[in-house]
Formats: sequence, structure tokens, C-alpha cells
Amino acid sequence: MKSLEELQAIRDKARRGVSLRGQNDNAVRVLVGMATCGIAAGARPVLNAIVEEVAKRNLQNVIVTQTGCIGICQFEPVVEVVSPQGEKVTYVKMTPEKALRVVNDHLVNGNVVTEYTIGANSN
Amino acid sequence: MQELSLNVMDIAQNSISAGATLVEISVKEDSATGEMAIVIRDNGRGMTAEQAASVTDPFYTTRTTRKVGLGVPLFKMEAEMTGGSFRIDSKPGTGTTVTAKFVTSHVDMIPLGDIDATIRLLIACNPNLDFVYCRRKNERGFTLDTRELRNALGGEVPLDSPEVQVWIEEYLAEQTQMIKEETSV
Repeated sequence: MKSLEELQAIRDKARRGVSLRGQNDNAVRVLVGMATCGIAAGARPVLNAIVEEVAKRNLQNVIVTQTGCIGICQFEPVVEVVSPQGEKVTYVKMTPEKALRVVNDHLVNGNVVTEYTIGANSN
Repeated sequence: MQELSLNVMDIAQNSISAGATLVEISVKEDSATGEMAIVIRDNGRGMTAEQAASVTDPFYTTRTTRKVGLGVPLFKMEAEMTGGSFRIDSKPGTGTTVTAKFVTSHVDMIPLGDIDATIRLLIACNPNLDFVYCRRKNERGFTLDTRELRNALGGEVPLDSPEVQVWIEEYLAEQTQMIKEETSV
């Protein structure tokens, strides 16, 4: 059985400085469109894949969050990656598999996955 | 929508957009009456009676990116096509409550789906908001309240930290399994 004591243990571990994700301004933000259009197109498994992979790799400088409809519903599920400098890359028609590649190539190694971007898919 | 849990995510998103700091989601099933009730209650900015009446109209939306708003109308349709009901209670400055009731045996009943994933992701992506998730099936049920988790974490570890996420995932899976076991007896 999971108990609240386990959470207290996590807190105590954090207190000892073993692991704690610091709040920082240098984080890369990953925005997943979760309005009706995004959800209906399959955004939840995409978001789930990103959250799980970021947790698994213990990426410290990544904030994953939801966003609303950005107006390009025909391209959903849409994932935007925003660098700390504010540069934005928009990935379209995402799947959980594509999302994993974005985490690994883009977030971890800094290489934009050009073939999934809106620029490569808008024809 | 393929799963009602996706509608829950969608409607909860409206609560978040409305500036809610607390979103309460409850899913209650009763085999005796054959009914499932999904309630999403928030303490967001709320709506006037006029707005609340118009949100079930697909051609009403506050969004500026396009002219249709399908989230609420879809959820309403899905409830009503099972012979269930749908209502919105809202008050400016107080919040909004969306209640959808489903007749689970109806041929048009859409499965609830992975509601745990919805709850988990809502918490993971909105670590500064509080969620209360109440799940009940007949006699068995459980509640996950992020305010309790926050309290146990002493405000020192954010709810979106990987360790806490894993705890939430396992807690939900464990509790959901217990409800299912009870039902199959």
C-alpha cells in the first residue's frame, strides 16, 4: 500500500540534498496542446510519453505543461518546445513514438527533429 | 472522444483557464441504479447565467483562435445519448460545477477509459494547482487530494518531481485495482 509516509521520505531525501529539482529560469518549456482538438487527436498519450520520459531520464531543466488551442487544429497533436531564450520549435501530428524522439534528440541532445516540425509538414 | 476520461481532461482544462486553484473531480458508479456520475467542480471565476447557458452551444466560445467550442457540447451529447443528463451550475466569482450522468448499460455508453492518466497528467502539468479526485464504485472508493500530498511533502518537493509522479501513478493504480477486485467478486 502506498502511504503518505513515503512522500515524507521523499521530502526527507530532498532535504538531504540527494535529489531536488530546483526552480530555475533556464528551463526548456515543453507545451502540449490539450484543448478539445488536441485531446481528440490523441494528445494525452503524447503528453504522457513526454512526462514519463522526462521523469525517467530525470531531466532537470525541462518543464512539461499543457496549453490550450493555438489555432492550428488540423496539425494536432501539437507540441511546442521553447528554449530559455524564447526560441520556439513547433512539432505537429505527434505520436508517443515521435514524442520520445523529440525528448531524446531535442531535449537531451539539442538537435531539432526537423522532419516533425510544422515547416516540414505544412504542404 | 474515445474515452470519457478525455472529456474530463478537456473540461478540467476549462477550469484551469478560468483561474481555478482547486479542481475537484469525482467519478461515481452505482451498479444498482446503472448510473455513472462525473462531476468537475472548480473555484474559478465562474460564469453568468447567460454564459453558462451558452457554453453548450457549439458556436459559442471565448476563444479567439476560431469560432467553435466543442468541449462542453460533446460532453453533454455523450451523456444525453445514453439517456443520462447534463448540467452546469456556475456563479461569477464562486466557480463552476459540471455534472454529467450516464446510463452505463446503454449501447451508446462511451467507456470511461484511462481516468488515472487524466488525473496524473493534470497534476503533473499543473503542480501549483490543487486537485481532489474522488472515485467510487458501489461500496468501494478512494480519494486523492493534492493538498494532503503537498502537506506530506512539507512544501519542499514540487508535485511534478519525478519521485512524486511515480508515487501518484502507483497509488492510483493500486486503489483502482482494489475497486475492480471488489466488483468482480
